[in-house]
Amino acid sequence: MTTTTATSRTAPVTTDTLLDFRNVAMQFPNGTVALSGIDLTVKRGEFVTVVGPSGCGKSTLLRIASGLENASEGTAALGTKRIGYVFQDATLLPWRTVQANVELLAELNKQPRKSRAAKAKEAIELVGLSGFEDNLPKQLSGGMRMRTSLARSLTLDPELFLFDEPFGALDEITRERLGDELLRIFTEQRFAGLFITHSVAEAVYLSTRVVVMSGRPGHIVDEFEVPFDYPRDPDIRFTPEFAALSGKVSHALREGHS
Amino acid sequence: MSTETSTGTDTGSGTTPAVATAAAATVPVTRSAAARSGSVAKLWGPPLVVFAVIVAAWIALAAILDASPPHVLLPSPLRIVVDSFSTETLDGQPNQPITGELLNAIALTMQVALSGLAISIVVGIVWAILMSQARWVERSLFPYAVILQCVPILALVPLIGNTIDYGIEARILVCVLISLFPMVSNTLFGLQSVERSQRELFKLQKASRWTVLTKLQLPNALPAIFAGMRISAGLAIVGAIVGDFFFRRGQPGLGILISNYQSRLQTPELFAAVIVAALLGVLIFLIFGWISKLAVGRWYEPAS
Repeated sequence: MTTTTATSRTAPVTTDTLLDFRNVAMQFPNGTVALSGIDLTVKRGEFVTVVGPSGCGKSTLLRIASGLENASEGTAALGTKRIGYVFQDATLLPWRTVQANVELLAELNKQPRKSRAAKAKEAIELVGLSGFEDNLPKQLSGGMRMRTSLARSLTLDPELFLFDEPFGALDEITRERLGDELLRIFTEQRFAGLFITHSVAEAVYLSTRVVVMSGRPGHIVDEFEVPFDYPRDPDIRFTPEFAALSGKVSHALREGHS
Repeated sequence: MSTETSTGTDTGSGTTPAVATAAAATVPVTRSAAARSGSVAKLWGPPLVVFAVIVAAWIALAAILDASPPHVLLPSPLRIVVDSFSTETLDGQPNQPITGELLNAIALTMQVALSGLAISIVVGIVWAILMSQARWVERSLFPYAVILQCVPILALVPLIGNTIDYGIEARILVCVLISLFPMVSNTLFGLQSVERSQRELFKLQKASRWTVLTKLQLPNALPAIFAGMRISAGLAIVGAIVGDFFFRRGQPGLGILISNYQSRLQTPELFAAVIVAALLGVLIFLIFGWISKLAVGRWYEPAS
């Protein structure tokens, strides 16, 4: 067993491994152990979802991956610097229009005005928000705000996309539509994704691999490969294969929780 | 015959939808106009009714308490206007109108109040920005903002007069001392109330302190800053009048006029000066509300 206290982030592991967690543990200053013994890799072309009950440390996992937190044990290495992060809420700046919000990250990275405007326009088109460029966040629905947030991350051309329960606050219908959009964009752009959710159906529908977590302290219970090809038909959710796999994931969740 | 009837029904059916659409087009317009006038009545009706009740009660009280000269107790609204601004009193005596000195006093008081307010806004925002940058700066500086708020400024006024004379600078200083705290506390609140995820969004791009301040914290603080300005503006008027009132020296502002009319038992004029002072406060409050709406009303949604 290796216990490395230092966390290396930028050292590429191999060119194909974009995220590599080795024996990562996280203990907060107040003594709470949020994660222990996490081994997890995300390779190019993979879309990995992490399912688990609330409070199992899955968000902490993502925060360590993004560099917002440092693991207290083990190594968390990234294979790229181009990382997109989609927060639980849309995190838009209310005083900026959709266009200006989408341009924000490129602006913070000091890209020239012209290229970031063009980039933003492209991303807005990709998420289906053309025509809403001059609207303010308060004029948008929850789903449209989340699309804006997605477009904002897309302007970075991320190789690794981190999603922290991005559709958790949306209603079922909007949630499914955004899931479909995300699948379409993933099929076109082929970034690697690490997606946190507490919905089993969402996890199986979106991903190439489902990682099941359990809490106290957060650890990985089981992993499942998802055999369906992309692009995926929304009706795949009503096939026996889908149901069988969802059943296995649910079972692992229950087992891990008890 | 049969063709005639068919054309007749045709035109009939042709016109009906046209009328219907015309009606449909006009109905919402008239309805919304009615709704708007209804909301105007709802907005202004109740306070105007209260105003009418107060004036009526005032007139009645004045008739009872202050029926005979010298009118020093409670002059009626009409007497206040006539005795203050006309060359003849309500009782037919020759009168010196106070219009000129009142206007001069308003100008001076506004000059003092607006200078004090401007200084408070700048100093308050800078103070808050400094405190927002580090915990230890906040811990070092915030107690003094609180002390500023707690010290009875009235007790300081004679001290200020003694130390730096009774000129316009001293009056401005009193204004600043009274109106500074809301600017400091509101701006600090606005700067610190940035959502965690928004802060992290900037952190992930390795944004500098300056970028976070100018692109995130300050815009986020604008609604709170404007709310602070509204409070400070009213307080600045109070400060200008209080300084004046206690100094009783130099060029007369509203405070000195109030003090003079009081000591000369010119009650109608005293009332006129007090009402003007009150109106100045209301006016400046409304102006800053309007500026705030222009600046942040476009995007800001107050939590309801």
